Amino acid sequence: MLMQEKQAPALPETDTMISGSQALLHALVAEGTDTIFGYPGGAIMPIYDALYDFEGDLKHVLVRHEQGGIHAGQGYARSSGKVGVVFATSGPGATNLVTGLADAQIDSTPLVCITGQVFAHLLGTDAFQEADVIGITTPVTKWNYQITDATEIPEVLAKAFHIARSGRPGPVLIDITKNAQLQKFAFKGYTPCEHIRSYRPKPIVRKEYIKQAAELINKAKKPFVLWGQGVMLGSAEQEFKAFLEKTGIPAAWTIMGAGALPSDHPQNVGMLGMHGNYGPNVMTNECDVLIAIGMRFDDRVTGRLDKYAKQAQVIHLDIDPAEIDKNVKTTVPVWGDCKETLPLLTQLVETKKHTDWLAKFREFEQKEIDAVIREELFPTTEEMTMGEVIQQLNEITNGEAIIVTDVGQHQMVACRYAKLNHTRSNITSGGLGTMGFALPAAIGAKFGALDRTVVAVIGDGGVQMTIQELGTIMQSGIDVKILILNNQFLGMVRQWQELFHERRYSFVDITSPDYVTVAKGYGIPGRSVNKREELRAALEQMLSNPGSFLLEVMVTKENNVFPMVPQGCSVSEIRLK
Amino acid sequence: MSEQAIEKQEYNITVYTENQIGLLNRIAMIFSRRKMNILSLNTSPSEVEGIHRFNIVVHETQEVVSKIARQIEKQIEVLKVYFNTNDDVIWQEMALYKVPTQVIAEKAKVERLLRENGARVVAIRSDYTVFETTGHREETDNLIKVLQPYGLIEFVRSARVAIIKDSDGFNRKLREFERMEPGHEVVENEFLNSRDKVFSM
Ligand SMILES: Cc1ncc(C[n+]2csc(CCOP(=O)(O)OP(=O)(O)O)c2C)c(N)n1
Ligand SMILES: [Mg+2]
Repeated sequence: MLMQEKQAPALPETDTMISGSQALLHALVAEGTDTIFGYPGGAIMPIYDALYDFEGDLKHVLVRHEQGGIHAGQGYARSSGKVGVVFATSGPGATNLVTGLADAQIDSTPLVCITGQVFAHLLGTDAFQEADVIGITTPVTKWNYQITDATEIPEVLAKAFHIARSGRPGPVLIDITKNAQLQKFAFKGYTPCEHIRSYRPKPIVRKEYIKQAAELINKAKKPFVLWGQGVMLGSAEQEFKAFLEKTGIPAAWTIMGAGALPSDHPQNVGMLGMHGNYGPNVMTNECDVLIAIGMRFDDRVTGRLDKYAKQAQVIHLDIDPAEIDKNVKTTVPVWGDCKETLPLLTQLVETKKHTDWLAKFREFEQKEIDAVIREELFPTTEEMTMGEVIQQLNEITNGEAIIVTDVGQHQMVACRYAKLNHTRSNITSGGLGTMGFALPAAIGAKFGALDRTVVAVIGDGGVQMTIQELGTIMQSGIDVKILILNNQFLGMVRQWQELFHERRYSFVDITSPDYVTVAKGYGIPGRSVNKREELRAALEQMLSNPGSFLLEVMVTKENNVFPMVPQGCSVSEIRLK
Repeated sequence: MSEQAIEKQEYNITVYTENQIGLLNRIAMIFSRRKMNILSLNTSPSEVEGIHRFNIVVHETQEVVSKIARQIEKQIEVLKVYFNTNDDVIWQEMALYKVPTQVIAEKAKVERLLRENGARVVAIRSDYTVFETTGHREETDNLIKVLQPYGLIEFVRSARVAIIKDSDGFNRKLREFERMEPGHEVVENEFLNSRDKVFSM
């Protein structure tokens, strides 16, 4: 006989008595949540008890550590464009979320995290597993709120989802005391939130600034577009492409913006910033009009601010008014949702080509190919490079995969060289640079995009920070390809020690376990290669394996990522070696 | 950039907010994160029922204050933030001074000094008397100096409260906030609205 899938309870009629926990789960279902990443514990047990009946609608993924849970939630949110939902218990469960909250806050990732809390009457008494979660998470959340009475749950959850996903998205944490989870109350139904009077997610578009911006663009001889994740957060990829193709302006991306325009688009001139491409960095200080779209001029992008694009008139399109003039003074602020502002701008700009100007970027690209890229992707040395692994991966996936990266040299190499055909295909910890992000984020990314191949590119250091999530892969049966680029070093730190600390390699020499054996212990097939002849076949084996697979590639130990804008230098001082 | 933008001076930041637990913390953290000292902080009801008002005083450049203002306004429960120089507000601080009663009784000069400084008696006991003055910093400071030689026992000064000269209150604005489609003035911060005056293309 066929097992029938457990049906989740239907939304109760008005005035039905239900528990706070049930109200919470009904709210999640109503908001379109299908997957929860979580870990139970004493203070969240009533919610887990209610969850038992909701299996049909809410898939719960049991992670191995709450940090893994929240990074998975982030991966899910970034691949799917939906709000990631995370459960954790009070005290240590909640404090384990903090890194992920800070990461989601700085990278504008929509999350709703639910933490259990001790009974309301115990608050402030140093009760067992009590922590001041609201206090701790205030600076790393877009909004947080403590619920001590079940009747608040529907309204607060509605607000939480609205705040997490609207405007500039971000993480929201709702702390619910155990009594509120247990408390029965007369349910009044669930109404999504559309308006909070003190919160303006989408500023009104000011036509006069659009006009001024268009005038500047039309007059420009050497305009240059910088785009960031905002294009994806605003689901404005098409509008962005239309704007670019009409204006013919060359465009470069921040690490968070990678993939919003396909890698091989003729106007895509590459990556910005410290380890970005040569041309885009140099040309930032050559252009006459700089058009920044959904990016925030992070110091890793700008290098030394007082020598950044001083010659240029700056147009900044952003949804967050606090970003306007925060780091770079703008000439024209185009404050608003780029999904709305870009088409308005496109209407007013002239159709142009900028062929010669674009060709200049290609000249710089050629220089970079000769000095760096060719040897990185097609090395003549015996040992393998990270770049060639990514190159081989590109050839097999043809740019169709989602690439999730950890933090370090492999991240820079993967982001620089990965071919991305689609938006929401590059998932990395950009703002916080959180080692340990990739493995759990890849799990979440796959849950958020089940039809896509997900490859996690991780260093030998970072993988050991959240390696316990192999257990999540094992138990959930999710299909994630794990590619460890093992240089037997905390490579990025070693690179800085080599370049700026006279090669004093202080605690960057890191040993690794036998990853293939570790994976095997978790029931995940794996392979380790240290010869170029085996690389292609190993990558193919990984990608064609029906489930998860771990591939370790031994790469050369002391390679450096170039080009590089050394800290404190101007973008035009970018070094090719 | 105007001179005002780079010169440090006192700014009065007025924040209209919902009444929400934890919001004070959220606002204070915006300053502490930048290692900025809050010189004075006052919370009070506002002219609109249910809406709270913070008065915060900092010594900073206009450039930094305008960035801080936008960070504050970004908080979900914050309705509106204004920042003004001392010239643009009417402000007052209140101070209390505890002095031995004996000294006042014996020295006529003290009584004259108190009168000159506009001090008002709020409590008299056989052992001490408490005076109050209200005014600007210099005025309340001055009386400390005056009373110090006469055995000032205790001194305390309140946070600053300030009213913006140009403001026509928050009632009308709040109604716009409550509507789903607010007007320009409500949505945008002063800085952006008066941008043409600040920068030229
Ligand atoms: C949680 C955390 N701790 C420390 C760092 C500092 N850090 C940045 S890159 C790096 C080295 C990463 O080593 P590995 O994962 O092997 O990557 P590689 O650079 O060798 O490719 C370190 C320690 C960090 N980014 N995150
Ligand atoms: Mg390494």
